[in-house]
Amino acid sequence: MASEYVGKVFPPLQADVEKWQLRFFAKAVGESNPIYFDEVAAQAEGHKSILAPPTYVLTLSIAEPDPFQKYRELGINPEQMLHAQQKFEYFSPIYAGDKITFTSRIVDFIERRKGAIKFLIEETDAVNQEGVMTTRFRKTVVIKGNGLNDTATEGKETAT
Amino acid sequence: MNKPFAAVFDKAGIAVGDELPILTKAPITRTTLAYFCGASNDHNPLHVDIDAAKAAGMEDVFVHGMLNMAYVGQMLTQWLPQQYLRCFEVKFGAIVHLGDELSCKGVIDERFEQAGEDCVRIRLSVHNQHDELKLTGEAVMALPNSKPE
Repeated sequence: MASEYVGKVFPPLQADVEKWQLRFFAKAVGESNPIYFDEVAAQAEGHKSILAPPTYVLTLSIAEPDPFQKYRELGINPEQMLHAQQKFEYFSPIYAGDKITFTSRIVDFIERRKGAIKFLIEETDAVNQEGVMTTRFRKTVVIKGNGLNDTATEGKETAT
Repeated sequence: MNKPFAAVFDKAGIAVGDELPILTKAPITRTTLAYFCGASNDHNPLHVDIDAAKAAGMEDVFVHGMLNMAYVGQMLTQWLPQQYLRCFEVKFGAIVHLGDELSCKGVIDERFEQAGEDCVRIRLSVHNQHDELKLTGEAVMALPNSKPE
């Protein structure tokens, strides 16, 4: 049933990299290196502007009012999704002022324990305004129990 | 200003088994989670709303996995500048709770050449103050030819 997900391509999303949000992110994670929150300091080290830290690209990729809607449309209950693994491959930096286009697709769907646990693997390309691939990332979510085509809630461990 | 690598980095001396400087973060508070909810775009109420967490069968709110991964990223970029980071992946092993004081650790696992670059594979782990394993993973970083400025 669920192998029909593999190859599904989600509509692209565009997002602007904002200085204020990078500053807020740096504050939230207790970052002390000013290249991540101070444009003058970043430029003094040769950067174009404030540098987005390694995991920020995922934050940017969910910069929409309801990032889970695309899963609901596939019949997956987001409350049953657990973020299990995350991978990033880096090609070029992301800076404040960039505009990133995200394209995502489902690259694998694995069932374990006779379907009691399912792994959905989504790969996303983050390309900047100059057409340069900045990052490719892969998110693995576990879908627990009857989280497919059903709104029942199982309770625990529904997110990370 | 945080550039410990500049003082100690010696490419020739990097060997399998070497440890990166451990990064220990402050204990996680509700305020930490409120900030990260807003800053990360992850608005899942289970991380910030105790009523929602209890309704889902949890005792309390719990920590975003991506906050834990962000801390590991800080450990890496404190060792070498981010421009040398090639690949970074983690598995979220166990839920991180309020009050947890996370320590991020990296051990050089392999030194190898990739796409013409001298690289290291770094084995990653995060434990809390009770030595409970919360995250595992690995990163690949290229080694600069000279001491980064």
